[in-house]
Amino acid sequence: MLDTAPAVRKAPGRRTSGRARPRRRPRFGPYLLIAPTVAVIAVLMFWPMIQIGIMSFQKVGNRQLRGEPAESVGTENFEKIFNDPFFWQTLRHTVLFAVVAVSLTLVVGTLVGLLLNKLGKRMSSFVAGGVMVAWATPPVTAAIIFSWLFGTTGGLVNWCLDLLPDFLVGGGWNDYNWFATPLSTYTVLTVCVVWQACPFVAVSVLAGLKSVPGELYEAARVDGSGPWRTFWSLTYPMLKPIFLVLVVMSIIWDFKVFTQLFIMAGMANRDAFNLSLYGYSEAFGSLNPKLGMGSAIALVLTLILLVVTALYVRVMVRQGETR
Amino acid sequence: MRRLPRKLLLNGTGLLVFVIAVFPVFWMASTAFKPNTEIFSTTPKPLPSHPTLEHFDLVLNGGIAEVSFWEYFRNSAILALVTVLVSGLLSLMAAVAVARFRFRFRTTFLIMLLVVQMVPCEALVIPLFLDLKQLDLLNSLAGLVIVYIGFAVPFAIWMLRGFVAAVPRELEEAAAIDGAGPVRTFFRVMLPLVAPGLVATSIFSFITAWNEFIFAFTFLDDQTKYTLPIMLQFFFGRSGNAWGPIMAASTLLTIPVIAFFLIVQRRMVSGLTAGAVKG
Repeated sequence: MLDTAPAVRKAPGRRTSGRARPRRRPRFGPYLLIAPTVAVIAVLMFWPMIQIGIMSFQKVGNRQLRGEPAESVGTENFEKIFNDPFFWQTLRHTVLFAVVAVSLTLVVGTLVGLLLNKLGKRMSSFVAGGVMVAWATPPVTAAIIFSWLFGTTGGLVNWCLDLLPDFLVGGGWNDYNWFATPLSTYTVLTVCVVWQACPFVAVSVLAGLKSVPGELYEAARVDGSGPWRTFWSLTYPMLKPIFLVLVVMSIIWDFKVFTQLFIMAGMANRDAFNLSLYGYSEAFGSLNPKLGMGSAIALVLTLILLVVTALYVRVMVRQGETR
Repeated sequence: MRRLPRKLLLNGTGLLVFVIAVFPVFWMASTAFKPNTEIFSTTPKPLPSHPTLEHFDLVLNGGIAEVSFWEYFRNSAILALVTVLVSGLLSLMAAVAVARFRFRFRTTFLIMLLVVQMVPCEALVIPLFLDLKQLDLLNSLAGLVIVYIGFAVPFAIWMLRGFVAAVPRELEEAAAIDGAGPVRTFFRVMLPLVAPGLVATSIFSFITAWNEFIFAFTFLDDQTKYTLPIMLQFFFGRSGNAWGPIMAASTLLTIPVIAFFLIVQRRMVSGLTAGAVKG
């Protein structure tokens, strides 16, 4: 929920021209105002990021936790992970999941946003209220609820699938264990994550749609443009800036999804690991913590996300959000 | 004649979306009130036919963990409130700076805020664990709340600065002409006008801290320090099939947040979308 920022886009009534107001240029004022924030961010984010970089070239285990100095191991941690097929498997899981979850989130979220825009005022806020419920649900709870829905004993999904005719879905669903294979685990994870992420996309799209002048749609209708065509040649270009931001943010969220997978797969089910769970389990998963290895994996993840973040920052700067 | 079926179709789809969105939460709450025989019944029913409070009783009056539910509740509430207060103060200060003053490094500061919002906390948990250990703040709510503040502030500033910028400068100038000093102007003019923005931002910070899992899970060792999500996960991991109490505990954790969220929903959406995407 922290990362919902970009929906807050332009400030209402923000001044367009920066008329010079010399009186409003005190020397230290603004610096004093941002100083605490800068300090907090430096200590809690920048310094730890540097530490990850340092530790990924070190061996940090139980002895170092007791206070002994860390020994440098050069690029050993990276050689280990890059030569390990398991690392590539977790990377594959991470990327595939992100591709599927991001696409589904955006398509479904956009459709819901379009629907909200079409509905009458009262119906629209009723449905929006319902959609918000999914958004506000804590990730831990969401993961537990979906584990229960897809559970083996008393699980609703298996019960429903079993009711369907066998030629449609096959038989024997009643004791099907969704958490036995990575593919089925990720299926449940995708449903859970998409369910929670759609509302944000829907609300952002709705906000964007509200700002598109109605006359344009009127004109499109008069020209005989169907809904499909209207979307691609009118709505999409108008909302392109929002879509860009939503895509980038969804990629970032889904790349690092942790809590839900942790609850569903747990640390024992290594087959289903993604990058962030793999890094975490190396660092904290056993009695023999390998914080150096964990840092190396975390560094890989961070670097991937930094590339995506760079794209995001570029979009925001282009849109004048940092002016 | 053609309008009616179209309208019906739209509203029908709307209802369907509503049901899908709400269903998992409804199913959780409904399960929490079902006796065990109904929970594991071979034909699940949407509503409990013999509603019971036994699972809630078990969760609230001990029996599921060594520590009482209310202690976890208190820990979660303290963390969330302190996060809201401190991050609210820091972000209001910074939001005023970026919305009202032009200064060197202003753009750098804004870009920094964007970047740190994207930093994966899943990666930072390793160094932060070591840092807190060194400071002897591991396994304490104080250590945890510092981290929460750090992660709440960048977003809060980003959200608040729009609200600050929306306050007409003319009002402040008028107050200044009337002889009010900067402090008085701030409390009399600025604060009341950005209050809705502060509320919206606070809700976000509150929910973030309330829902947070990975830091609490990693940093807290001592059961008496656990937060609600950790208690829930712990309980879930230990007793795989006690779905009744698990759902009761989930309901107790979730319903307050959802209620809170829905009460301020309109304000929040307007905050989120305030002037969004104009051109």
